[in-house]
Amino acid sequence: MIQGSLNLESLRVGVVQFPGSNCDVDCVDSLNRHYGIKSKYIWHTSSTIGDVDLIVLPGRFSFGDYFRSGALASHSPVMQSVKKFADAGGAVLGICNGFQILVETKILPGMLLHNEKLQFICKPVFIKSQSSRPLKIPIAHGEGRYFADQNVLNHLEKNNLVAYRYCDENGEVSRESNPNGSLQNIAGVYSENRKVLGMMPHPERACDLLLGGSADGKEILDDFLKRIAL
Amino acid sequence: MTTLTNPQKTVKPASPLDKSNSSQFSALLKRHKISADEYQRIEASIERVPTLAELGVFSAMWSEHCSYKSSRVHLKRFPTTGSDVVVGPGENAGVVRLEGKMCLAFKMESHNHPSYIEPYQGAATGVGGILRDVFCMGSRPIANLNCLRFGERSHERTSYLAKRVVKGIGDYGNCIGVPTIGGSVSYDKTYNGNCLVNAMTVGLIRDDKIFKGFASGIGNLVVYVGSATGRDGINGASMASDSFSSQESGERSTVQVGDPYAEKLLLEATLEVLEKDLVVGIQDMGAAGLTSSSFEMAGRAGNGVFFDLDKVPVRAKQMTAYEIMLSESQERMLMVIEPSKWEPLKDVLLRWGLAHAVIGEVTDTGRVICHYQGVEDINLPVAPLTDNAPMYHRLIAERVSRPIESPQLKKLSESLRSNDFAKDTFLKMLRDTGSVEPIFRQYDHHVGTKTVYGPESGGAGVLWIRSEETASLPWLGVLVSAGCNERRVKNRPLVGAADAVLTCSRKIFAAGGKPIAVTDCLNFGSAEDPTVMREFSDSVDGISAACNNLGIPVVSGNVSLYNSTDGESIHPTPMIGVVGKIDDVRRAIPAVAVKTYQLYALSPLTFNGTLVSSLAAKVASLPATEGFLPEQDWKLEKSASELLKEWIDGAKILAARDVSQGGLGLTATKMMLGSHCSQRSAKWVATNDPIFEEVGATYVIELDDKSNYETMNSQAKAKGMRLFQLTEELHMDLLKAQTSDSHLLHLPFGTLSFSEMKSYWCQAHDM
Repeated sequence: MIQGSLNLESLRVGVVQFPGSNCDVDCVDSLNRHYGIKSKYIWHTSSTIGDVDLIVLPGRFSFGDYFRSGALASHSPVMQSVKKFADAGGAVLGICNGFQILVETKILPGMLLHNEKLQFICKPVFIKSQSSRPLKIPIAHGEGRYFADQNVLNHLEKNNLVAYRYCDENGEVSRESNPNGSLQNIAGVYSENRKVLGMMPHPERACDLLLGGSADGKEILDDFLKRIAL
Repeated sequence: MTTLTNPQKTVKPASPLDKSNSSQFSALLKRHKISADEYQRIEASIERVPTLAELGVFSAMWSEHCSYKSSRVHLKRFPTTGSDVVVGPGENAGVVRLEGKMCLAFKMESHNHPSYIEPYQGAATGVGGILRDVFCMGSRPIANLNCLRFGERSHERTSYLAKRVVKGIGDYGNCIGVPTIGGSVSYDKTYNGNCLVNAMTVGLIRDDKIFKGFASGIGNLVVYVGSATGRDGINGASMASDSFSSQESGERSTVQVGDPYAEKLLLEATLEVLEKDLVVGIQDMGAAGLTSSSFEMAGRAGNGVFFDLDKVPVRAKQMTAYEIMLSESQERMLMVIEPSKWEPLKDVLLRWGLAHAVIGEVTDTGRVICHYQGVEDINLPVAPLTDNAPMYHRLIAERVSRPIESPQLKKLSESLRSNDFAKDTFLKMLRDTGSVEPIFRQYDHHVGTKTVYGPESGGAGVLWIRSEETASLPWLGVLVSAGCNERRVKNRPLVGAADAVLTCSRKIFAAGGKPIAVTDCLNFGSAEDPTVMREFSDSVDGISAACNNLGIPVVSGNVSLYNSTDGESIHPTPMIGVVGKIDDVRRAIPAVAVKTYQLYALSPLTFNGTLVSSLAAKVASLPATEGFLPEQDWKLEKSASELLKEWIDGAKILAARDVSQGGLGLTATKMMLGSHCSQRSAKWVATNDPIFEEVGATYVIELDDKSNYETMNSQAKAKGMRLFQLTEELHMDLLKAQTSDSHLLHLPFGTLSFSEMKSYWCQAHDM
């Protein structure tokens, strides 16, 4: 549980379920065990999302991803509501496929292309924000190469909207530490109001030291949840 | 709803097979892999000439793949009982108790023939098939494993097969969201014409929520669920029961095409309808599709089934009854429900967007009857196709025995005294069994957030189970491992097959767990070759002996015969999967060095090494049949595993790895190469034992605290074992330590840099 005056247990979280989502249960489990948050599931055909403080778009294969990942999900009824919610200042966390859906829905800018080597990659990597130390966290995706035109990139950089970049264990952002060929090593981006975060790595998989030897994912969730709960 | 059994329209009988042209007729039988004797048996059992669709049904149901006709007589010898067994062999998967009400459902299955013909789809649908076997019982899959065997690396087809098989497994498993956490892979020329793709799934299931494939309750509805039926995979079961010939290669259409997204929907919908108690019986349409699922479900319940095949959702035009009944289109389930459950069932299926249709009902006829477009294409009694299917006592050759010593191995042993030769052998061994990282990086091994140790850890896969049912053990863990050393089985099947069970179990002991039960996937050559059947029979006895010694039952399995091309059979490969448990998963340890390169060996007091069917002999191009393997010493194995348990429970050791291929030398080196601890240098300090000879009851371990050594060694000695140091870590000049070339391993035959070793170690798989 996070120390201090913030009561995250009372945070109302909705986790959207697409038919092929497969990290939905992992997200609910992590938020429950580490923050005491009882999330509710929201089915993709629902046109309303109810009273929530945070929407989580979980990872993986929402509609099989035979077409561009996230493209079909972005047209589902629930995403129309999520877009309205985000436009009105609501907080949204999109992880992996959730990030892909956020860019397909144009809630976040850019695109996520096939990995440089055209192979699915599952491995622990390091990422860092402007203020954080290098954080060890797993990725597991086939289409995670962040791409955007120069104007968008300039805008992201100028306004500090790049949430996380791939780096090495010493924090160096380099070609070698970029697992998928993302432009400027971008692993995650914020919306203008920083209430929407989309990222390819899976923080919910790195909340227990026992699971893969890193609990750094919790720092990422801490940081985001604290900000949106304020 | 109108009843199906009394259709208003009149139904004509289908015409029987035309036997007037005897050469055409025997060609038809040959195409269906039905022998002349078997055909006589068909006519005798149904007392008339069958229709074409009926011949197809017999061909599928009496195929080796579905009927186990050559293997059944042997499989009966497996030990299959025990206090933890909840469901033994014969069901879709075996089930053993884990803790309280919570059980594990698991099974391994082959998809060898399809994968050789079309590796991507063959491997993908292999994963799909085994997943369905496990989840159709009501079990949620928590882990996948796969055991792969390819031809020698230089063979023209190997690289293509390996890349496509791995991609097929990855794409399917990743999409459905089940982590792939272990397995084994090797390359050998014995597999040049027949690759092996064996997939295993482990799932969680409550003992009061286990569903079986019964077509019970007269008048109950038979519901088709899932993807529409196409022409893919027609007669796949009989294809998988045949040898290959290099002259023919037009079997591609018998390979199914997988859709993992459809499987994910089917998985969720199935678990939901089972949880809501909406079905009385369920079975996936796997090999021989609608045919095997209907006959098997009817057979188990002692009932009959009527099908109106016009109701089956199809995706190809003008399909015949023959094609609909024998299609192996993927991602389909057959459910038997009470009529009152149709509406609630439909709600669930609609929610998951799955095609569905009532296609038949349960009858009291003891027959499967199929009507299609006004014709009765099939009207067959169930029993001759299931319980009374043919069972053969195939010819078995005499058991081979050879002298333990072999002049070739003696020569090899002498050559290994030369430092240059030893170094060359060592590097070849590193490459032969090198890092599987290029493979497992393509598999999601974390999804589900249970993976404590995945493929990176070099040993058994370890999962942390969190569930309300096991709340009394909040840190409960499940362990899994799978593999087989085919060279050992080829050398002496009785010992080699036992060794497969033992090696998988040792990996579980090494991680801190206790084996609970075994599944197997028996890959062999032609059942008509008496030598192969000797290997098969001895392998069954070897597995049984190991299971009896370890106190674990066989609860599920699969047989794949006819893995032969142009008359050449593969090495016998009884692939084994073992599941185990640990009460506190925080105690589990990996099989790679954690903190230091200071490694010790726990081994029997007397060195028991051999080069027989060793990796050193393999890289020296010696056949697996040089020399004769000694039998295992089960007492020493028990001592070793008990010591490990004591030390792991007492947090005395940080890592442990069983010594198998490549002996102490390669095992210890792999623990360093796979380690995440920052690189350092080390020196081999044990000088007495030959380091490449393969030994039993031996583990390489990393001690947490060196000062415990004396006590631990006395504990070992009390059990006829010893503990001795293998490697000593060297303190390095900090300036020199800047480059990775300066990290060295001093072995008895010379010094190697870690970067050179890595260059061999990382070359193992061309992905």
